[in-house]
This record gives sequence, C-alpha cells and structure tokens, in this order.
Amino acid sequence: MSRYRCPGCEYLYDEAIGAPREGFPAGTPWSEVPDHWCCPDCAVREKVDFELVEEQRS
Amino acid sequence: VSSSIAVQPEPALAGWRDHKRYLWPLGLLVPTLPFIAWGLVSATGLGFFWWSGPVFVFVAMPVLDTLVGSDAENPPDSAIKHLENDRYYRWCTYLYLPLQYGALVWACSKWSSGSLSWVESLGLAVTVGCVSGVAINTAHELGHKRKQAERWLSKIALAQTAYGHFFIEHNRGHHVRVATPEDPASSRLGESFWEFLPRSVYGSLRSSWELERERLARSGRRPLRIDNDILNAWAMTVGLFTVLGIAFGASVLPWLLVQAVFGFSLLEVVNYLEHYGLRRQRGEDGRYERCRPEHSWNSNNVSSNVLLYHLQRHSDHHANPVRRYQALRHFEEAPELPSGYATMIVLAYLTPLWRRVMDPRVLAHYGGDVTRANIHPRRRRRILARHGVAQAAAAR
Repeated sequence: MSRYRCPGCEYLYDEAIGAPREGFPAGTPWSEVPDHWCCPDCAVREKVDFELVEEQRS
Repeated sequence: VSSSIAVQPEPALAGWRDHKRYLWPLGLLVPTLPFIAWGLVSATGLGFFWWSGPVFVFVAMPVLDTLVGSDAENPPDSAIKHLENDRYYRWCTYLYLPLQYGALVWACSKWSSGSLSWVESLGLAVTVGCVSGVAINTAHELGHKRKQAERWLSKIALAQTAYGHFFIEHNRGHHVRVATPEDPASSRLGESFWEFLPRSVYGSLRSSWELERERLARSGRRPLRIDNDILNAWAMTVGLFTVLGIAFGASVLPWLLVQAVFGFSLLEVVNYLEHYGLRRQRGEDGRYERCRPEHSWNSNNVSSNVLLYHLQRHSDHHANPVRRYQALRHFEEAPELPSGYATMIVLAYLTPLWRRVMDPRVLAHYGGDVTRANIHPRRRRRILARHGVAQAAAAR
C-alpha cells in the first residue's frame, strides 16, 4: 500500500484508506484513480502532479 | 495539538504584529445592517433608511475604500502557521451566521407585521440581500477548510440564498478551471456583467450537478439521493423557507425570494471582478498552465478587505485555497484593480464605464497582445480587429 501527497496542500491519498467520499473505497489502488481527479482539498493540483511518499513504515 | 498552539505566546512571530487583528470583527457589521436600518428608521422616522444595506455597500463602502486606502503588508512566512492556528480569527467568521439568521427572522417579523409600505419592505429585502450575499463570502472562507464542521457551517450560510451548490462548484469546478474559457465564473474581455450574470448562474449550476453526479457515480450511486451534497444543501433552503412561511405567513415568501436573488447576484458581481479577461495558457501537453498570481485581480484596499475576509488577496487564495483568510498575502506581480471590490462593483454595473477602465488594464497586463486574453466569443472579431489595426499602424 502506497501513499501519494498533493504538492500544493499536503493532502495525502493513502491506498489503505482510500477516499470513500470521493468514491474510492479503502484499498483502491492509485492506478484506479482517474488522471483528471483533482486534489479534494485544494483542487489546484491533479492526480498526475501527486508525489509518491517514501515509505518509512517498519 | 492544535489547541495548545493557539494559547502559545508569540515567540514565533519575532516582533511581527498583525495590524488588522482587531479590525476583523468589523466584518460583523454587515449582518447587523438590518438592525442598523431599523435603528435609523426609529430615530428619524424616515422610511428611506430601510434601504441602508445597499446605501452602505454601494455608496459608503466605495467612499471608505478611497478614504482609508490600502496596505500591502504581508505576514512573514514564519508567522503564517501561528496565524492560521489562532482560533480568534475563526470566531470572527463563525459569528456571522447567528447574526445573519437573527436578522432574517427579525426581517420576517417586520414583513409580516403589516407596518411597512411596499417600498419599505423592498428596501428591507434588499438590505437583507446584502447580508445574504456577503454571507456567501463567509461560506466561501469556511467551505475551503478541511474541517467537516466548517464545511457544514458553509452550507448553512448558503441556505439563505439557495446557493448550496456553490460549495461544490466553487471548490471543485471554478478552482480547477479558473481563468479559462471553460469556467462559467471567470468573466471575459468584452463581456458585460449583465451577460455574465445569467451565464455564470446557469453554467455554475449545471457544472456543480455534473461534478456531484460524477462523484456519486464513481461508487455506483445515482444522483437522486440525500447524500448528494447539492440536494441536501437545497433541502436546507426548502426547510428554512417553509419554517419561516409557516411561522410568519406566506406573505414573507416573495421577500425571501427577493433577498435570495439579490444576494446571489451580489456574489456574481464579485465573481465578475475577480478574473476579468485573464487567461491561463495551454502547455505543450495540452494542459492549462497552473493558476499563478497573474490570473486573478487583486486589491489591497483595507476596508473592502476587512469586510470580505481578504477575498481581494485573490491570487494567494487561488494558489493556496486552504489557507485561512488572515494569512493571505499580497503579491507584487499580481494584477491590481484600480480600487477595492466595493467601488469596482458599482463600475461593473455600468458596462461602458467598466470597459473604459478595465479593458486597457487587461491589454496592458498582456503587454498589448490582446490574443493572450480570455475574450468574449461574441465580441472576439471586433476586439481583435480593433487591436489588429492598432498593431499594424504601430508597426508602420
């Protein structure tokens, strides 16, 4: 499970949590999120702008 | 964690003080206008004062803009987090709502009392419309925040104008397509406010429905359901007007309609000012360039800024929509309106005057190259011809 961060406002998309309100239930992989989906908090950046968060989980 | 930040003393500010800190409660003057009107009517016996709201917005505010002047002060970067976490500023916006609805209920009691003439009732409806219109600005500030409670307050503030769909369209439609020909809420060079008004009202409504339909469809839901955020926001309006109609009689319903239409038209004229003629260019990949400071009109006029929670620092708002109003900054490179929003609203109603003041500013912003502007399609040929001729003459 990976996490992706909006470079504009730090919103985090965590595949484990998904974004249920947006229609992506927990476990929805990033690849299934459409490219034109924009950040639900700031709407300034789109999926393709999001950055993979380097994992530091043990 | 955040509550402990709020009570911390000010070492992070390193000597910087927010000079507007104690001015922000003045924003609450607007929802008090119906009561001020009543006070003036009672004191003077003159029914004209029921019109205090529009007099304040269209006459007193432009005068104040000119007299008080502007400030370009920015908080230092080190102070922004501290400023945003200070709950004092949030309460300045939350308190708008009880005053807004207190004024509405009180106005209904006046309309139903039979003590007002037809013209006085209309004056009170327009005054209440000023409150509900500026409430859309309060809802705008609250609707951009991450906290669910603030998003709810935003919807409640919008119920009075039946503009609940604004919360969807503004955040997910306008902010994505701002300063492009696709955005119904970005006005175009050569487009009068009176052409813009129906285009924006209808276009925003249609777009918000499409956004919400798409969101629900992603999880296989149909749009006609109560967790459709447009329908539940409108349900609030229906509930509100029904309760007021039952409590005060059906005679208040036409006035509720008048204040709602006046209120959202006030929002739309502000929309009209914010991006007039500005256009984001397309990159080689076909995507529009990111929204930058140059894609919004700004103003640093103190009085308009205080009453509108820094809405006029619009470039920073579009770059950082989640940022709280007290922390918004002025950008040197952003295009600047010749006066505050209040003055520019009056100009926007007077199309020839607006175009004489603003068209040259759009052109100057694009270094004389009118083709880079967002041009109203209906006037495109005429505008290009006029400037094309001018360019050819200049080249000779």
